[in-house]
Amino acid sequence: MQRRSFFVLTMLAFGFAFLYVPILSMVVFSFNESKLVTVWAGFSFKWYVELFNNAQMLNAAKLSLQIASLNATGAVILGTISGLVLARFGRFRGRTMLSGMTTAPLVMPEVITGLSLLLLFVAMEQAIGWPSGRGVTTITLAHITFSMAYVTVVVQSRLTTFDESLEEAAMDLGARPAKVFFVITLPIILPAIISGWLLAFTLSWDDLVITSFVSGPGSTTLPMLIFSKVRLGVSPDINALATIMVLIVTVGIVGSALWMQRQEKVRQRDVQMAKAANE
Amino acid sequence: MAQPGYVSVGGWLSFTLARLIEGVTQSQAYTRAQRWLRNRGVTGRAFVIAIPYFWLLLFFAVPFIIVLKISFSETMLAMPPYAPLWEWVGEQALEIKVNLANFTFLFTDSLYGRAYLNSVGVAAVSTILCLLIGYPMAYGIARSSPAWRNVLMMLVILPFWTSFLLRVYAWIGLLKGNGVINNILMSLGVINEPLVMLQTDFAVYVGITYSYLPFMVLPLYANLEKMDLTLLEAAADLGCRPTKAFLRITLPLSIPGIVAGAMLVFIPAVGEFVIPALLGGPDSLMIGKVLWSEFFNNRDWPIASAVAIAMLILLVIPIMVFQYFQGRQMSVHR
Repeated sequence: MQRRSFFVLTMLAFGFAFLYVPILSMVVFSFNESKLVTVWAGFSFKWYVELFNNAQMLNAAKLSLQIASLNATGAVILGTISGLVLARFGRFRGRTMLSGMTTAPLVMPEVITGLSLLLLFVAMEQAIGWPSGRGVTTITLAHITFSMAYVTVVVQSRLTTFDESLEEAAMDLGARPAKVFFVITLPIILPAIISGWLLAFTLSWDDLVITSFVSGPGSTTLPMLIFSKVRLGVSPDINALATIMVLIVTVGIVGSALWMQRQEKVRQRDVQMAKAANE
Repeated sequence: MAQPGYVSVGGWLSFTLARLIEGVTQSQAYTRAQRWLRNRGVTGRAFVIAIPYFWLLLFFAVPFIIVLKISFSETMLAMPPYAPLWEWVGEQALEIKVNLANFTFLFTDSLYGRAYLNSVGVAAVSTILCLLIGYPMAYGIARSSPAWRNVLMMLVILPFWTSFLLRVYAWIGLLKGNGVINNILMSLGVINEPLVMLQTDFAVYVGITYSYLPFMVLPLYANLEKMDLTLLEAAADLGCRPTKAFLRITLPLSIPGIVAGAMLVFIPAVGEFVIPALLGGPDSLMIGKVLWSEFFNNRDWPIASAVAIAMLILLVIPIMVFQYFQGRQMSVHR
């Protein structure tokens, strides 16, 4: 193995500093006494207190949470199906079209997606009277549409890396396709489905542009509220909110990584024990 | 055998579901319905394909046709604020009014042309910056020991899970006139007056590069990690210096990763709205911002649609390049 050069190490350090300094600055200044965000005046929890007394913020967070969970569940169902179709169904008429429609939303500028979905909802309301008005329903439908693309990619790449022979064996033993899916395929791709759910949740929780297009009066999500606050200037309670979110994500990701590592060790030990027992 | 908790829960759940499905599929009503449908060409397979297909057709493909339609209609003071493209006049005469004024307006008002050019320029510069920072990072991570690799990749992905909006907001605090960077530089005596960084194109470059960096590192890492290192050993054995080996072997082999990463950054960056709105100045023209203000401030839906169609035409080629490489990556796995 070649040694990493000084240049590469420097760039790694610079890259990670670039990624983390802004986040750390928000964390530090969330504990700042002063209202001036960038001048340190002493340690205080007052912005956290203010944040939790802000009813508008809490309501928006509740709405976002609701939409994000609905969206993640819908996106996982649709994304798993389309991932399965693309990875396992071989050729069929319109396959290119389907794979195009699942990868294009990954890069489509959000203003275009948002505008086109809004115009669709307006046209649908005129034609069939549904969805009447815009709000939670339209936001959720829009979020499912763009986040299912991410779930599809995650599920599809998991499916292409595991061996088809297990499914074929079950099929040979007379299991119907639906049974093969639920008994063999689903448990194997479950980690991908869980990470797809979390990914879809995060995308929805965080989305501003598409939501702004398809939301109606009375449905202000958390990103919409943050954006309107931030536009007026920096406010320290946003720092407190950011710190809480960073804390939750860090604990979740580090925790799940450690847990998965432990499970992998347990699994390897079991494999060895099984081998030893066979000898 | 001990299994991860979620797998056993999932296993139980899916087993129950399979039993349920088995019960249903063995009933007589099901067999009869199945025969009836199969005679009409509807199989279970076709049904499964149809679910995501129709969803995407309805919510992804059809909307573009509606955008195209409305980009040809006239603005009207109504809700929705556009005139219908076709109307039934009299008994059986269909009147179709195709209005090209929105598109000719895009060409005559220099604002739009400048906004398109500027967006492409900003996106291109940011993509190059992402590549310059992201390539050495991905390379360094891919050549670390496996334990380090996982930790470092987790650190690259972690910011992606925290709110994008809040991470852009963090830069306001850093770049402001009395922000962190200016305060540090001034206390060190490097500068006497605060630098103007916020509300400039510089801030937009920094914001886009910062937000999209993980999208560059991920495909590059996936590519560089897969690379066959024996090729480099062979080159070294034949007397090739490391720098030359990098330029002749590693770099050409990583081109698919570079293209995938560049498209993942460039295409969304062209239409970026949040970053120029928060970090850019009032005169930093980006086409996403123009579309937003046509829609939300001027309430001119037909012009906004025309701007969107023009942006799509601009991005068709990059999107197709992306799809080509994405499709190839998925088939390479097999």
